Amino acid sequence: MLKKTVLNDAHRALNARMVDFGGWDMPVNYGSQIEEHHAVRNDCGMFDVSHMCPVDVVGADCRPFLSRLVANDVAKLTVSGKALYSAMLNEAGGVIDDLIIYFLTDTRFRIVINAGTADKDLAWMQAKAAEWQMDVTITQRRNGDNALGIIAVQGPNARAKVWSVLPQAKAAIAELKPFFAAEVDQYFIASTGYTGEDGYEIMLPAGEAEAMWNALNNAGVAPCGLGARDTLRLEAGMNLYGQDMDESVSPLDAGLAWTVALKDAREFVGKTALLANGQQKQFLGLILLDKGVLRGHQKVVTAHGEGEITSGSFSPTLQQSIALARLPLGVAIGDQVEVDIRGKLLKAKVTKPVFARNGKAVI
Amino acid sequence: MSNVPANLKYTASHEWMLLNADGTVTVGITDHAQEALGDLVFVELPEVGAHFDAEKEIAVVESVKAAADVYAPLAGTVAEVNQAAADAPESVNQDAYAAWLFKLTPDNVADLDTMLDAAAYQAAADAA
Repeated sequence: MLKKTVLNDAHRALNARMVDFGGWDMPVNYGSQIEEHHAVRNDCGMFDVSHMCPVDVVGADCRPFLSRLVANDVAKLTVSGKALYSAMLNEAGGVIDDLIIYFLTDTRFRIVINAGTADKDLAWMQAKAAEWQMDVTITQRRNGDNALGIIAVQGPNARAKVWSVLPQAKAAIAELKPFFAAEVDQYFIASTGYTGEDGYEIMLPAGEAEAMWNALNNAGVAPCGLGARDTLRLEAGMNLYGQDMDESVSPLDAGLAWTVALKDAREFVGKTALLANGQQKQFLGLILLDKGVLRGHQKVVTAHGEGEITSGSFSPTLQQSIALARLPLGVAIGDQVEVDIRGKLLKAKVTKPVFARNGKAVI
Repeated sequence: MSNVPANLKYTASHEWMLLNADGTVTVGITDHAQEALGDLVFVELPEVGAHFDAEKEIAVVESVKAAADVYAPLAGTVAEVNQAAADAPESVNQDAYAAWLFKLTPDNVADLDTMLDAAAYQAAADAA
């Protein structure tokens, strides 16, 4: 039995093509994934991401708890509403999950974790809070009486569309800088996303999600499926948990060194292993020069040894196939490498691991 | 709700076939298949003159989402390929029965009689 978000009926009413996404019955597209992709890069689209799990962390020990729990440093969160992207590591330095932490007050933080990892994440957090004897209460907000729906509205026109539907929130959210959140009545509105475009992620009581979805649709926001979400995040060079990294992969080998705060004395889970092992691989981009499509798990042959593609697809913005790949140290941006696609070695160029953002190619 | 023309033959792996007057068989993927794959972005066609046994991988169609093998519906030799489909993969989404992929000269044209008719294919696709 597949799990359903509160917007399941709304997707079916829009003739979405539904797929099993990690046990969730989710829309992969509403007709054309490529058109949805372009809608987000050029105008405005929306995604149901209510399968993701908001978690409220409340209590006197929020800061010491989060400081030890995750690899990035919550000390960077000094202004209410500021958000921080981080990996949560195991003792071996592998990535349990990647998440966003929103700072609300010193005794109240909200974390959003991935759908497929939510149960193990919550168990891990609860276990660590108990082990460290922290005064925190950890509450999931995906199910039950206080469940939240999440709608991501993304694209150059996303802000104006949301203001038109939620005029009462405009004053509080109009000037939000990237990676901030504001609470307005029952709405939690964040200037975060997973597309490389401006926009908001709106959390709201689950019972209100369908009305909000329909209002946004009526305002001209294109419903977009998880297919477009994947090509948008790939172009933007954003990692996908389970594909680009998992519990066996160090964040240093997944292009996430920028999210790991190693420079001071702060202790956090996985730090010892990260310092002992260092960086073993580089996480870079590839553009296929021959015809074909790069896909996850394809082998990359370089002058410095073999690497592997972690995510690959066709880029609707570049009209070429692109990928994120874990490559040997020594490979440089601009190098030409070969990718084994069904036994043929095709030519590809090594790039920065970011291809398009804010409506434009950046390669 | 996909389109299944009555004049074609089908395989359970979502290829369609049309017997031509010259004895060749035109092959493509069904409307159901293109719909399931989504926007196609790459088509890899076989070499003209190559021989394939039935049910062997003969071509590849890739959408933004996934790669799918196309199988030789019957044993035969590739007589012609539709380069226009490879040059414009989206044409397969637009009309999967116009945008054929290749023509086979079958080893035994009677093999065609063992293929699914439109009603049987529709039933198989609905059950999947």
